[in-house]
Amino acid sequence: MRVMVLVKADKDSEAGVLPDEKLLTEMGNYNEELVKAGVMLAGEGLHPSSKGARVKFSGEKRTVIDGPFAETKELIAGFWLWQVKSMEEAIEWVKRCPNPMGVESEIEIRPVFEADDFGPAFTPELREQEERLRAQTAAGK
Amino acid sequence: MISDAKRTIEAVWGIESARLIAALTRFTGDLSLAEDLAQDALVAALEQWPESGVPRNPGAWLMTAAKHRAIDLYRRSLRLQRKHQQLGYQAEAQQEQDWREFEARPDDEVGDDLLRLIFMTCHPVLSTEARVALTLRMLGGLTTEEIARAFLAPAATIAQRIVRAKRSLAEAHVPFEVPGAAERADRLASVLEVIYLIFNEGYSASAGEDWIRPGLCEEALRLGRILAELAPQEAEVHGLAALMELQASRLRARLGPSGEPILLMDQNRARWDRLLIRRGLAALERAERLGGALGPYALQAAIAASHARARTPEETDWARIAALYDALAQLAPSPVVELNRAVALAMAFGAAVGLERIDALTSEPSLTDYPHLPAARGDLLFKLGRYEEARAEFERAASFSLNARQRQQLLERAAACQR
Repeated sequence: MRVMVLVKADKDSEAGVLPDEKLLTEMGNYNEELVKAGVMLAGEGLHPSSKGARVKFSGEKRTVIDGPFAETKELIAGFWLWQVKSMEEAIEWVKRCPNPMGVESEIEIRPVFEADDFGPAFTPELREQEERLRAQTAAGK
Repeated sequence: MISDAKRTIEAVWGIESARLIAALTRFTGDLSLAEDLAQDALVAALEQWPESGVPRNPGAWLMTAAKHRAIDLYRRSLRLQRKHQQLGYQAEAQQEQDWREFEARPDDEVGDDLLRLIFMTCHPVLSTEARVALTLRMLGGLTTEEIARAFLAPAATIAQRIVRAKRSLAEAHVPFEVPGAAERADRLASVLEVIYLIFNEGYSASAGEDWIRPGLCEEALRLGRILAELAPQEAEVHGLAALMELQASRLRARLGPSGEPILLMDQNRARWDRLLIRRGLAALERAERLGGALGPYALQAAIAASHARARTPEETDWARIAALYDALAQLAPSPVVELNRAVALAMAFGAAVGLERIDALTSEPSLTDYPHLPAARGDLLFKLGRYEEARAEFERAASFSLNARQRQQLLERAAACQR
């Protein structure tokens, strides 16, 4: 299974303070360990939300809101995409991660949807295919 | 709570077991003993962790537990040998000293141990089946039951296969080492073969009801990715990684609504996994950057990459693919490669050109009951409007197929030839 591992932002990451050399080294080693274990698929760090934007939807209306955004703890500072065998394995790997923000921080793990999670007959793709087939059959009659 | 703890321990085991077994094999020189020691450590963890919680460094904990167990065994065997007290004590002290040095080793040596271990479990003294089972068990951390389920074999058969494999390695005195330059290429080929076999068993199940078993593909991919970091200077290691990433990128698009296979040219390319394609192309680039002529895995990866780069089937560079098959046929000549080359030529230069090549293969003894030959021939005949001959070929292909879904699909193609 794949999981997305989300590193939450904090005051410093939102202020654009870059991690110190010690943390960078530790993170580098940790990333290397993930690659060597065949776990790491992808990963990136994100700029603070002050450089980001949001598009708000309301019916047909779209409103663009420029960053920064207030709810710091809910913001994301970086992410990984991992290939693991179970949520438990993902948790074990996250526990080995150096504390990404220093004192208080949080990392969230979310399993990525896979075809099986939809059940065999209910992927949007398949539903669409079935509808197409039905339409074709109807047209043929 | 107990079952939570058990799942956590299993996860830790999945992460640590290969390194544990590798290190213990290096220390004891005996794979079988190493595995027993590692298992004992797991049992100790299952007893203690649910109470005490998972230790902060579970890998080190397991290693220490295995070490205590090893020293125990060692002491007991010394006593059994009725050695002098003094000698026994010295040997123990030496053993403890060895362990301390052994534990203080830097990480890249741990990597070397894993590499030694995979060369051992893929050793040519073992049958292919034994290599596959032993590698999944020792490197993949799979249980006997998991391996049995993946290969649709009784667990007892797999257990026996693993026991025999370990015995064969011991009897042949297979050393725990990375082979030297003289035999390195052959030994590496054996490792790559085992990993690709596991992948293929998952990607194109040769028997049974299911067309693909993604668990095996994932396991092989993981082994391939690990190997790419253990032996980064070997171009073919990256070639294999690239090939598997690119093929796996199509897994989601390979099955239709009722589980029937969808052929490459008919797949919805929007469903191809862009992340795996990117990883595959990057791995292929790594192989190419190492210089020299591409090996058979890198060539196959280059072929898969040609497909991956085409946004629509019409964009496929068939002439390039035919040329890559040409190169592959020179390195690793086989009727199957010839068949694929014929199909590529048909796509590049017309069905008649391909059919001529395929006709030359029909007398090939190794292809007499290979379903893809009549299936490909049927396809070209169909394109040339020779429907009656095409139908016969699809039916013949169906009669050779061991896979229920593939057989059904071939029969449907045969039926479509009736006009």
